Amino acid sequence: MTVAKTEQLGALRAEAAQSKPRGLWSDAWRRLKKNKAALAGVAYIAVLALIAIFAKFLAPHDPNFIPADALANTPPVWQEGADRRFLLGTDSLSRDILSRLIYGAQISLVVGFIPVALELLLGATVGIMAGWLGGRWDNVLMRMVDVVYAFPSLLFFIVVSSALGSTPFGRMLSGLVLLFVAFAVTGWVTMARLVRGQVLTLKNKEFIEAARSVGVPTQRIIWRHVIPNSLAPIIVSVTFGIPGYILAEAALSYLGLGIHPPAASWGNMVREFSTLISLNAVFVLMPAALIALTMLAFTFLGDGLRDALDPQMTK
Amino acid sequence: MARFALNRILWTLPVFWLVITVTFVLIQVTPGSPWDAFNAANGGRLSPDLRPTWEREHGLDKPVAQQYVNYIVNSARFQFGESYTQQGQTVSQRIMEGFPYSARIGIYALVLAAVIGVPLGVIAALKQNTMVDYVSLFFATVGATVPSFVIGFFMLAFFGVRLNWVPILWTDWRNYILPVVVLGIGTSAFIARLTRASILEITRQDYVRTARAKGLPERTVTIRHILRNGLIPVVTIMGPALAALITGTIIIENVFGVPGMGYLYIQSIGARDYPVIMGTTLFYTFFIVLGNMLVDLTYGVLDPRIKAS
Repeated sequence: MTVAKTEQLGALRAEAAQSKPRGLWSDAWRRLKKNKAALAGVAYIAVLALIAIFAKFLAPHDPNFIPADALANTPPVWQEGADRRFLLGTDSLSRDILSRLIYGAQISLVVGFIPVALELLLGATVGIMAGWLGGRWDNVLMRMVDVVYAFPSLLFFIVVSSALGSTPFGRMLSGLVLLFVAFAVTGWVTMARLVRGQVLTLKNKEFIEAARSVGVPTQRIIWRHVIPNSLAPIIVSVTFGIPGYILAEAALSYLGLGIHPPAASWGNMVREFSTLISLNAVFVLMPAALIALTMLAFTFLGDGLRDALDPQMTK
Repeated sequence: MARFALNRILWTLPVFWLVITVTFVLIQVTPGSPWDAFNAANGGRLSPDLRPTWEREHGLDKPVAQQYVNYIVNSARFQFGESYTQQGQTVSQRIMEGFPYSARIGIYALVLAAVIGVPLGVIAALKQNTMVDYVSLFFATVGATVPSFVIGFFMLAFFGVRLNWVPILWTDWRNYILPVVVLGIGTSAFIARLTRASILEITRQDYVRTARAKGLPERTVTIRHILRNGLIPVVTIMGPALAALITGTIIIENVFGVPGMGYLYIQSIGARDYPVIMGTTLFYTFFIVLGNMLVDLTYGVLDPRIKAS
């Protein structure tokens, strides 16, 4: 009896010694793995990223090549009257739709990630400054944030693209650079608010006070303690920010303002094909469905990350 | 309360100032002068002799600083000048031409969204973690995530082209159905999520437990204690939701060819009709800022703690 008990205890001890301490990140990863919708989102985004990176090798045709012998608006192969060389058909300039959709993935991902990176840089800097310095600095910076926050962003994008779209700056990288700047200019305020809130709660925590009292320089406290401890909500916010920008690009390009033709973006393909809807609705539905799937993938991932990183928030 | 309200109203002024300034600066940096845009909008056939007169009429011969002040003063009076493309029509007239369509679609969509979203959220919350909850939560996530213009094209393809139930081009009242449904779905998903979260919070309150402990019938507890309090935040977002819907129609109006404000807006961008672009932008901003202000004020009335922060 007692022998058995000691053995059991020994086994438990051995097990405990083997298993590593569970931190926030491994815990979060365990929870995320259980969330099927979030995993599906990750898988979709990974595949899309691979397609975008290897677009050159995957696209069966040059997205902007106009073949001399091909017809315009040929339907996808499963419909009658298709041209077998073009799996998803051709557009009104006889360009290969599949190739254009593949290159469109590049635009969508780039337009999602770059502005978020810019907004992170700018927003986190302002947020840390406002939160850490406090007082008058905090007041001035946050009033600025409030005003920009109230600025209706879609209208800003529309006005900026319509005014600057035809300038040399607006034409850089088919209009991508202008979108990056326009998105970052309005987007940083969300990040600044979030980071400031984090800094304010962390600032008075015991471990920060301890670090300060033993004379750790401020810069080091911020890099080693404040930033790592605010990472979780920042990651969640970034994950929700990306689809927001993908949608904004799609909407602007649909209105004829975002990405300049002939560059292919899903939004300007929707615009192009919307006029063909009574002829063959499948054209407009292809880029539209890709936009919707991408939005869903990022939202599922964002929901999953939020639940995984912040267990208190879950019901 | 009065101080809080006044403070909140005054804080909308810098927002308007920023929007006015940004639009003004953008007109200034846009390549080509307003005359070029006016000329282009009229087919480029205007004689250059007309230019000085036209510029004097529109105050463009004055120094930039003077123009800026005039622009602010005129914007505050909702006077945005004349349209470049529609001779003799003021921008306000252009806006008012399209506004009724946008407003009608926005109001109908809001009613539809409330009729679908509130019951869905209430049922999901009261039957938390059951199949009903999961299904409605899934619907709410998808409905809030999939862009309205994507849903719009799917509906147009199915009901307009395949079934031929509604006309593709703008003809009669039947054209209201799809835009209203599309916008209503997105907003109903948002309302359902909010309702569910709010009701769930209320069901955990002490006074609900007290009501149950007193032995009140479940029906009474639900209706009188849970719903009455849980629906307050839902009611307060209706104003801003309407403002968001009226502006949210910019893209949807273009999908369905509704001759509303959003459609005119995009048309004027294509035609480089700057007074209309800027006037409409400010008009939209007014709605959005007003909506946000209203929600802050109503929350301030309902929850005194907010005023403090």
